[in-house]
Amino acid sequence: MNSRATEILVGVFMLIFFAAMLVLALRVSNLTGLGSGAGYSLNASFDNVGGLKSGAPVSASGVRVGQVSSIVYDADRFSAHVTMSVNEEFVGAFPEDTTASIYTAGLLGEQYVGLEAGAEDIMLGDGDEVTLTQSALVLERLIGQVLFSRSGAE
Amino acid sequence: MIDRIAGFGRFWLDALERFGRSQLFLARMLGALPSLVPRFGLLVRQLHANGVMTLSIILVSGLFVGMVLALQAYNLLQGFGAEAALGQAVALTLVRELGPVITGLLFAGRAGSAMTAEIGLMKATEQLSGLEMMAVDPFRRVYAPRLFAGFLALPMLAAMFSAVGVMGGYLVGVEVLGVDAGAYWSNMQGSVAFVDDVLKGLLKALVFGLVVSWIAIFEGADCVPTSEGVSAATTRTVVYSSLSVLGLDFLLTAVMF
Repeated sequence: MNSRATEILVGVFMLIFFAAMLVLALRVSNLTGLGSGAGYSLNASFDNVGGLKSGAPVSASGVRVGQVSSIVYDADRFSAHVTMSVNEEFVGAFPEDTTASIYTAGLLGEQYVGLEAGAEDIMLGDGDEVTLTQSALVLERLIGQVLFSRSGAE
Repeated sequence: MIDRIAGFGRFWLDALERFGRSQLFLARMLGALPSLVPRFGLLVRQLHANGVMTLSIILVSGLFVGMVLALQAYNLLQGFGAEAALGQAVALTLVRELGPVITGLLFAGRAGSAMTAEIGLMKATEQLSGLEMMAVDPFRRVYAPRLFAGFLALPMLAAMFSAVGVMGGYLVGVEVLGVDAGAYWSNMQGSVAFVDDVLKGLLKALVFGLVVSWIAIFEGADCVPTSEGVSAATTRTVVYSSLSVLGLDFLLTAVMF
């Protein structure tokens, strides 16, 4: 085979590789989430984060607005300290009395943080704390409570 | 009895000696890599022989592996009512494990064996000695382009394998079994991280590429220059590189994930 045809085929090979990487980056792993470095961060303390992981989505009214950037245990407050990175376009979109709750997508799905906007006029800015929080629903604890209230009623 | 023990000892000494020789061989190949820069054409020709020619088998097997994964995972997940997690199951399996490993095995069978046979035959017909007579260094002219081409081609093929496999999973999972298309993709995007899963998977493939082409080239250059010797060397290439791919995969998975 002459070298011209070889070169063309290798070029096509490289193009297929780039297409595959594009599929893996954008379709399979959602690399666009990495570009949120330009966003601003919000903090929140939860009594229990359940199975929340860093990188989990942060959504408001079901629309993805950012992601969880870190979860650490705060030894001063005996609670989990969650830092969320919210996309830049939502600066000033959440009032001071916004509630952050941890929800589960579906029965066995991943956990995410849901933000519900409040009614105040003052908006949250970079590094502010969401004070109203609601912990993750831990199934075992719920079952325990049901069993306890049952036995108490009898 | 003593003879037996001596024979056993000799076997291990020979094996170790050969392993050491292959490492020196690798070092010389790596040393010859910079000479590829002015001779880019050699690399292109080897990328064609090792990459492009392996493409069809990679794409077809990737498609089928993805389809089978979707079928099996669907049956399993259905038991929990979690069919929505199908995308996640298919993509993580492909990107982390099956993509690099199956590509490595197929590459060893398709391109590695061809490399060994080609170099072995060059040795048997004294072409390599001919090159040396003309003061052409076989390490620069023959071995280094092949090593680098294998090193580049395997991760590229692994990426294509995973991408096509995800499409195959989509075909079976969404089009045939009726999983929601949005759930398939969003679950996948929510759980696959680009750096931690995709790039680490490709790093594995990079290691496999180096090891498989190293074994293939060394076996070819080290073979007994007869027709039987070449055929034995080709067999050894496939066996050793498959075993190294599987063994290294375990090691790399244990270290990285």
